[in-house]
Amino acid sequence: MDPVLLVVSIMVSATPILLAAIGEMVVEKSGVLNLGVEGMMITGAVMGFAIAVGTGSPLLGFAGAAVAGAALSLCFGVLTQYLLSNQVATGLGLTLVGLGLSALIGSNYEGQRAPSLGRLDIPLLGDIPVLGRMLFSHDVMVYASLALVAAVWAFLRLTRAGLILRAVGEDHESAHALGYKVVRIRLAAIAFGGACAGLGGAYVSLVRVPQWTEGMTAGAGWIALAIVVFASWRALGVLIGAYLFGGVTVIQLNLQAAGTTLPVEILSMSPYLITILVLVIISARGVHGAPGSLGRSFHASS
Amino acid sequence: MIRLERRPEPSRLWTGVTPVLAVLLTMIVGGIMFAALGKPPLEAIRTIFWDPLFHPQFAGYSRPQLLVKAGPLILIAIGLSIGFRAGIWNIGAEGQYIMGAVCGAAVGLAFYPADSALLFPLMVVAGALGGWAWAMIPAVLRTKFGTNEILVSLMLVYVAENILASASSGWLRNPEGQGFPGSRNFKQWPAVFNDELVAGTGMHWGVVAAFIAVIAAYVLMARHIQGYNVRLTGEAPRAARFAGVSPVRIVFLCLGISGALAGAAGLFEVTGPAGQVSIDFGSGYGFTAIIVAFLGRLNPFGILLAGLLMALTYIGGELAQLMLGLPGASIQLFQGMLLFFLLATDVFTNYRLRFARRETA
Repeated sequence: MDPVLLVVSIMVSATPILLAAIGEMVVEKSGVLNLGVEGMMITGAVMGFAIAVGTGSPLLGFAGAAVAGAALSLCFGVLTQYLLSNQVATGLGLTLVGLGLSALIGSNYEGQRAPSLGRLDIPLLGDIPVLGRMLFSHDVMVYASLALVAAVWAFLRLTRAGLILRAVGEDHESAHALGYKVVRIRLAAIAFGGACAGLGGAYVSLVRVPQWTEGMTAGAGWIALAIVVFASWRALGVLIGAYLFGGVTVIQLNLQAAGTTLPVEILSMSPYLITILVLVIISARGVHGAPGSLGRSFHASS
Repeated sequence: MIRLERRPEPSRLWTGVTPVLAVLLTMIVGGIMFAALGKPPLEAIRTIFWDPLFHPQFAGYSRPQLLVKAGPLILIAIGLSIGFRAGIWNIGAEGQYIMGAVCGAAVGLAFYPADSALLFPLMVVAGALGGWAWAMIPAVLRTKFGTNEILVSLMLVYVAENILASASSGWLRNPEGQGFPGSRNFKQWPAVFNDELVAGTGMHWGVVAAFIAVIAAYVLMARHIQGYNVRLTGEAPRAARFAGVSPVRIVFLCLGISGALAGAAGLFEVTGPAGQVSIDFGSGYGFTAIIVAFLGRLNPFGILLAGLLMALTYIGGELAQLMLGLPGASIQLFQGMLLFFLLATDVFTNYRLRFARRETA
């Protein structure tokens, strides 16, 4: 197997999960647990695909997917933040709504092909013999996802707004007492997470596959949730987790193609088994870094 | 200025009103959606909610389907509701349902072509044990290592789907099936075929089990000390611990019950309406049951009604597909919306609205 191709395909298969996971990490940092990532991803996948096919522009497709993901996540936001519904139940509901909505919209698009997103060869760096093709000759979304990770890291770590967001997530009562608008900050974080999940979904339908089939995200949203736990709510950890997972997926697919003696089913279930294993190892060490108010409803009593 | 004020106790009136309100809102918004799809909204709603039961031509076929579809939904939702009451989120019932079917079918097929009357009960036990064992994985991981049971139980759905695929195309494949995937058909094996008990009603053993589960769950939750412990753990975990309730036991109890019921539901389905282990056996009942559990307010009798209503939308959806050319996915969206509206209107159960003028400082 060509190592250059291997690295390229790992990066491609990691990008959707990376996008969804970095968004969800921001949401959880603000103290909200949105289990609807899968629903927002699949909605992003179908909206991105539909818009890209309709306009012929993949970039417009990505933009539309982000808007769709954010819009859907705001339904979750209104329910959990204003109507104080249970976050676990509402997140599950969001996933079910997203799966139904996407199947409904997508039924007209089965079998079509999306316009392809051109590769962006970075001048000079792209000319380096092996590394150039391996790392600097991807489509624009791969770089965007990496930039997003860096931006999220910098935002949470270095800016005042990031500090406020973390404060809201750690202890919403105290943040409220200090005069911060807990609900508004959380809604912004939820919308950001939805937009990221939508982008991740669109990457699956526009670049990775690139086609629309019903239920095509196949649990990527749930794996993104697991990666946030794996990462202990740190941006760098999310990056490592997503790329590790991308690696497992690609190796598993290559083994299937190569026709090993292992049954196909064992190989296809391996990413999920490895995710469980990783979750167990992380939790056995004791969960570190979960925001203090994660999953709790906030209602200002006065 | 509208303000929410927490009620000292959840309103009993609103607990009953919210599901009805949610159904009405879903009908309205669903009607708008159907209109947007270019279908007559009133006719679509009538086709989904009324025609399966009362249409002169179709009701004869679709009325029995009501119990066939409601049976597994109720059985699974009853198990889930006990866990949800304790704050234990088993969302992998679909996987437990599949594993119950595969395990029960495997045990039965090992004795093919025996015709002992004991074989079917044995298969039911094997199915329930299969689902139970699959649910024990998140239970053990949660209690031993503190691993999140939501993610683990969900990941196991994908694992179970792969096991189902390998069973139907490999080790459970019908040796006389000319190489086609899928196990032997239980409908052609009278000793284990889970047939209608009364012809034309759709009532099979799984539906009987669902009714028994409703009553048993009511007794457990309202009259038994373990049910009290489950509710206490969900509502006041600290108080439960001080009262000597072991959280570990509650996790095992809740996941065990829901896994066993989901597994049994899978077995009843595979030996009855589905007929064989095949690659598309997993039909999403495990996920829809989550909606049923919430729509029934986690109350056994509520779940009974919610399961029947959800079964109605399934059958009505199929009918609407046939009669109006409504896309099959729209019914999935319809069911998801129902859960959303329920969660949204639920705010009135715990809070009351206060209209107050904004006070000037």
